[in-house]
Amino acid sequence: MIRVILPPHLRTLAEVEDEVQLDVVGQVTQRAILDALEASYPMLSGTIRDHATRQRRPFLRFFACAEDLSHESPDAPLPDEVASGAEPFLIIGAIAGG
Amino acid sequence: MSKVRVLVGTRKGAFILTSDGKRERWDISGPHFGGWEIYHIKGSPADPNRLYASQTSGWFGQVIQRSNDGGATWEPVGNKFVYDGVPGTHQWYDGTPHPWEFKRVWHLEPSLSDPDSVYAGVEDAALFRSADGGQTWQEIPGLRGHGSGPRWQPGAGGMCLHTILLDPRDPGRIFIAISAAGAFRTDDGGQTWRPINRGLRSQYIPDPNAEVGHCVHRIAMHPSRPRVLFMQKHWDVLRSDDAGESWREVSGNLPTDFGFVIDVHAHEPETIYVVPIKSDSEHFPPEGKLRVFRSRTGGNEWEALTKGLPQKDCYVNVLRDAMAVDSLESCGLYFGTTGGQVYASADAGDTWAPIVRDLPAVLSVEVQTLP
Repeated sequence: MIRVILPPHLRTLAEVEDEVQLDVVGQVTQRAILDALEASYPMLSGTIRDHATRQRRPFLRFFACAEDLSHESPDAPLPDEVASGAEPFLIIGAIAGG
Repeated sequence: MSKVRVLVGTRKGAFILTSDGKRERWDISGPHFGGWEIYHIKGSPADPNRLYASQTSGWFGQVIQRSNDGGATWEPVGNKFVYDGVPGTHQWYDGTPHPWEFKRVWHLEPSLSDPDSVYAGVEDAALFRSADGGQTWQEIPGLRGHGSGPRWQPGAGGMCLHTILLDPRDPGRIFIAISAAGAFRTDDGGQTWRPINRGLRSQYIPDPNAEVGHCVHRIAMHPSRPRVLFMQKHWDVLRSDDAGESWREVSGNLPTDFGFVIDVHAHEPETIYVVPIKSDSEHFPPEGKLRVFRSRTGGNEWEALTKGLPQKDCYVNVLRDAMAVDSLESCGLYFGTTGGQVYASADAGDTWAPIVRDLPAVLSVEVQTLP
């Protein structure tokens, strides 16, 4: 079971109060997690990745296991701790203005 | 007794203000979608409880919300706005080619007859339509593709399609306006488009009389006379009596002919309203006096409406989608400011009072007159 922590505004949009738990089939990568997240919560489509380019939105970051994985390949395997559910995959809004 | 429902989009959420026909006591609900920019909310003329809202964020992009109960509850619907084909380029601020990139929805215009049909004006400028209540969106490609698109350029607020006027007598005719490209019209439901900017003059483009490139801020129409259009341009207030084929300036005695909003009285097609704003770049009322100007002659002769509005030390702006009129017997006017006030007049502008004073900066105001 993969654990994902969303930024507060996306928790509100998805109507979840805490972390999200997802089943991810196959290798656990950023793309696999986001595909599973959007399948379970369609209202999040386009809010984390651009619809057209499928790129991470520029003011969002991906963290896990105290590392910034934002610039890793979306198809790179994530740490074992994320794949096992021991550690969450964090989607963070950049702290910039507002 | 009739009611009014005022739909207010702000930089940090949506607010819904309701009152009976007297328009003296108001209930305020919100913020809905707190923390998000709500560029626009509008109700369906065919089903006033069907509302659409454009919810957007620099972090999370675009969301479209839909309500079936007048804004009591909402559900996110489709937010996939993908340009038709290869997007191509428009001009950047310095005139160099720049690729079309979707940023946000500025304006939602529900169909006059079908609650599930709604148009969206977006930045970078394009017109989209949904026929399924906002679940899916398709670009109307004839607008960007008609030929002048590569010469469009952004205004200071972005290259936005901000005005969509549906002709109530001719379902095939739609007027739209873009900053900074100008006004455009289709007569065949969106298949083909052409610029309608003859008579506009803009000193900030190489050819002041060019076919496109004008920074049109807003267009208004009275539904009983859809061939008569009123325009607030970056500079100049203009009117057209031939569905945009030609325009003439009617700025007359306004203290400045810059501004964003323009609207028409619900029952008097020659009575129009603007809020003059000082520019370039100050973008606050001249002399610190917030004044609505009314012309009862379709332009040229204007009177200042000040009763109940701040007449000193006022330095707010009124943005292009932030004025609306109700259709009660005594026409009501509403406008919102970047200072978070929403002012209302229940007597066609003679007197004003704030409904609410301390909202986030107001981006848009729409009003529904309900039975």
